Amino acid sequence: MNNDTIAAVATSLSEATIGIVRISGDEAINIVDKIFIDKNGEHSLKKYASHTIHYGFIIVDGKMIDEVMVSVMKAPKTFTREDVVEINCHGGVFVCKSVLEAVLNNGARLAAPGEFTKRAFLNGRIDLSKAEAVMDIISSESKAGLDNSLKHLNGSLYSKIKKSREEILYEIAFIESALDDPEHISLDGYTDKLVSKCEAFKKEADELIATFKTGKILKEGIKTVIVGKPNVGKSSLLNVLTGEERAIVTDIAGTTRDTIEERVLIGDVCLKLIDTAGIRNTEDVVENIGVSRAKNSAREADLILFMLDLSSEFDKEDLEIYDYIKDKKHFVLLNKTDEENAVDVEKIKSTFSLSKDVFLISCKDLTGISDVKRKINEDFLSGTLKTDNELVITNVRQLNELKTVSSSLDLVKDSIEKGLSEDFYSVDLMNAYEAYGRIIGEETDDDLIDEIFSKFCMGK
Amino acid sequence: MPDISKNELKLNTDICVIGAGHAGCEAALACARLGFETMIFTVSIDSIALMPCNPNIGGTSKGHLVREIDALGGEMGKNIDKTFIQSKMLNVSKGPAVHSLRAQADKSDYSRSMRRVLENQENLTIKQAEIVEILFEGENGKKKVKGVVTNTGTTYYCKAAILCTGTYLKARCLCGESITYTGPSGLQAANSLSASLIENGIKLRRFKTGTPARMDGKSLDYSKMEEQFGDERIVPFSFSTDPESVQKEQVSCWLTYTNEETHNIIRDNLDRSPIYAGIIEGTGPRYCPSIEDKVVKFAEKERHQVFIEPEGLYTDEMYVGGMSSSLPEDVQLKMYRTVPGLENCRIVRNAYAIEYDCLEPNQLQLSLETKDITGLFCAGQFNGSSGYEEAAAQGIIAGINACRKLSGKEPIILDRSEAYIGVLIDDLVTKDNREPYRMMTSRAEHRLLLRQDNADLRLRRVGHEVGLVSDELYEKTVLKQKLIDEEVSRLKSVIVGASSRVCKFLEEHGSSPLHTGTSLAELLCRPELSYEILSELDPERPILPNDVIEQVVIFIKYEGYIERQMILVNRFKKNEKRLIPSDIDYDDVSSLRLEARQKLKQFRPENVGQASRISGVTPADVSVLLIYLSRFNESKD
Repeated sequence: MNNDTIAAVATSLSEATIGIVRISGDEAINIVDKIFIDKNGEHSLKKYASHTIHYGFIIVDGKMIDEVMVSVMKAPKTFTREDVVEINCHGGVFVCKSVLEAVLNNGARLAAPGEFTKRAFLNGRIDLSKAEAVMDIISSESKAGLDNSLKHLNGSLYSKIKKSREEILYEIAFIESALDDPEHISLDGYTDKLVSKCEAFKKEADELIATFKTGKILKEGIKTVIVGKPNVGKSSLLNVLTGEERAIVTDIAGTTRDTIEERVLIGDVCLKLIDTAGIRNTEDVVENIGVSRAKNSAREADLILFMLDLSSEFDKEDLEIYDYIKDKKHFVLLNKTDEENAVDVEKIKSTFSLSKDVFLISCKDLTGISDVKRKINEDFLSGTLKTDNELVITNVRQLNELKTVSSSLDLVKDSIEKGLSEDFYSVDLMNAYEAYGRIIGEETDDDLIDEIFSKFCMGK
Repeated sequence: MPDISKNELKLNTDICVIGAGHAGCEAALACARLGFETMIFTVSIDSIALMPCNPNIGGTSKGHLVREIDALGGEMGKNIDKTFIQSKMLNVSKGPAVHSLRAQADKSDYSRSMRRVLENQENLTIKQAEIVEILFEGENGKKKVKGVVTNTGTTYYCKAAILCTGTYLKARCLCGESITYTGPSGLQAANSLSASLIENGIKLRRFKTGTPARMDGKSLDYSKMEEQFGDERIVPFSFSTDPESVQKEQVSCWLTYTNEETHNIIRDNLDRSPIYAGIIEGTGPRYCPSIEDKVVKFAEKERHQVFIEPEGLYTDEMYVGGMSSSLPEDVQLKMYRTVPGLENCRIVRNAYAIEYDCLEPNQLQLSLETKDITGLFCAGQFNGSSGYEEAAAQGIIAGINACRKLSGKEPIILDRSEAYIGVLIDDLVTKDNREPYRMMTSRAEHRLLLRQDNADLRLRRVGHEVGLVSDELYEKTVLKQKLIDEEVSRLKSVIVGASSRVCKFLEEHGSSPLHTGTSLAELLCRPELSYEILSELDPERPILPNDVIEQVVIFIKYEGYIERQMILVNRFKKNEKRLIPSDIDYDDVSSLRLEARQKLKQFRPENVGQASRISGVTPADVSVLLIYLSRFNESKD
């Protein structure tokens, strides 16, 4: 069996569970032996008999990471029919990830979706009749992986990586076009420029790697606030977008007293929706708190959905609210198209000097809602809708790819220092590019050739 | 339409090669050399191995192809060695993997010399005729090639046919408003064959390419151009050519530039370009853009290079590299005359764009046989490639595999880790190319291993196994490899002590002194030290041929990189070896995503590696496929 050794967290990575890191392959025992010591402080893992469990500690760089139980199971009587080691971690999600990271740093490769099951099957451990189920596991795990990819979760991280990735591709394309067409494109003096660029690329990757250490769980979406006068339909919109009756909706102005937060997936984008009390100048004490919250939220929001009621004349209150938010990224939603219009749309547009991103909707019969959703997606993917959330890497797979980016860039620098020419290290630049692509879930296919031809004029 | 059916002439042969361009020549020679009765058909006997576009062979990555063809026992390298008039190794300041040989050819000499080789080849018959129909037998799904019919109604029965029709199928040439229904250089187009192919279920598409004008050299002012010389020491293409035999007087090429005035003329007349006016429907190559394309797409560039290259010693005609165009003649003349040195130019042949029918290549197997018709092989520009070398490379493979088919042997398939030819064919067959495909070093992910300098070490064995490389030649290669291995291990084992003499020597050569005994190999890894310099520290050194030393030095200096690529290659090979049965039913693989299933059905890949390279097939799909296959194989046993 010449399979490499793979590792992954075998339990779901949620808070308050015991995490199991599973390692399978020829090197499984050797790898864990490097980071595991028993209660006597010895690296004793290799001595244990098969199918035994042991108490001890995971030590990395002289520091104790976690108190663990380690099971040793030798081939062939294991799940994958390879040597398998399982580390039961006790310290929660972050610790579990750190243990996995240590295993990966010592020679294991992160398992692909469903890879343990796949090995079990290919090594004859799983009955042939179960092939269907195995294939389903792989495709569903892979789908879950994609659903968790950054594209869906974090717009600013996505656009940051995308940008860095595009810049790397440009450099590769430049090198490759010069190699393929040396008479039209010259690399003279290019190396010096590339060194500083690589340093910048690497710095970006390293900064993202550092965020992993903070252990923060990414839970922010695009912070979206619905604002408008009382009774324009803000809570109805929230309900429509979340698909649930969350906010209390009545026809009495000012019924929403508290800020309601709801996380909702709109296509590819996660929104953190905040419904506010109507921004309204009022003497009512309870509502006043709501209003000030609304103002604050509007200030912090990534996206504001400003609602107006088509069925009643707009007034200076609407204008005042609009004043708060007009400099932020916003969409204007003209609600209640299902009722008789009291105001002319063109008049609204001119009064508020609106040019674009105006939507006619009805929360009652759902007119126009899909247009709003589509626009949110488009703007997010094009980068015009961003979140100011801190950039945080929480996923070991992503961390692993980022490390590939970083080490590939090191190799580039190394090759340049050794005086090697561009054709050697463009391979490493490509590795960095591909690793970034895997993080944001984009195929690379013919990117390079396309970039070469679109950016550089070559050919006879 | 004359009735050609009255012609009752019916002849027999083993293999028919249709077209005598660069693909056809290599295909026909391979077949005949492997002992099969072979017919090669061409619309004009004078257009054998014609170079209707650029007057050179080789260049980046194309030079690699020529070397590989040569290692397999092909003719292109030998023929250019006989007929070149200037030679240059490109990219010598870069790593050895991207060094590329390029030679200017005497076009007429190249063509005549190749014709002579064909004429002298046993088992090979040249026939001037247009093939208008392919004859098949058997039902759909089990169709087989039976023969071909010429425009004069003669039938040639055969067991295999190789389509190498280049740019001739329903060709039309465009020069501004003028459209002529001819092949390249005004040669007769082949207007009937397409219909016969389509009738038999073969899907065709339309591609375009173009060529610049040729000028009368006497009308050019070279004093306004930069002279471009050949290399002082000429390296031959063929591994069997004696390097001494190619050291000869060379002619120069010339470099000049377009300018704003040129670009203005082009911009002002874009509406008269058939491409911009929408008359051309074919897809053009991005690699060889017309000057119109360059000016439009790279508007910020103030000038473009123009290479003036001789078409041969027999003529004054000069090729204007970098300025292919389909603008009308009056605009062409005006435009060319703005270029320094071309102010008084006389155009001998106008620039033109050419459109032609070619194959939707997902109908091909990696052997270059069509998936649905037994015995029908395809090669060259007909498969959607561009370039003489790309064509020749496919030609030799198609020829070899046609023969192997007739002998009941498994086809020769070079994979992406073995040869540029492997990359070329895999890309053509697996990718959804929308333009004529040109070889590029960036397409070869294992290029550090696929060097032009080691093509013999990589592929002579294959050529020998096939029967195109003689025992004698093959033994030479085996010996070369042995000498390389021995010298590498000697350099690794000979330790140089850290004596003051050695340290002084190293310092003299700008290298840091030793603290401890170090192997010669480690010293050789230092960029500032060469094999020659180290001879002083290496008294026991054996006398070795230069090509052996070259390989030893490359291996040692770049060992780390070569090893890294080897690891990738080994990983890559795993999936290449997992074959997919041709009768697989993808609808039965329920866990495949819909997009993947559609693509797999469309491309019908031959192995899992190829499947993984189809766009739209994800790693998870590949895993699913692997599992399905393991069950499939099990249930078959």
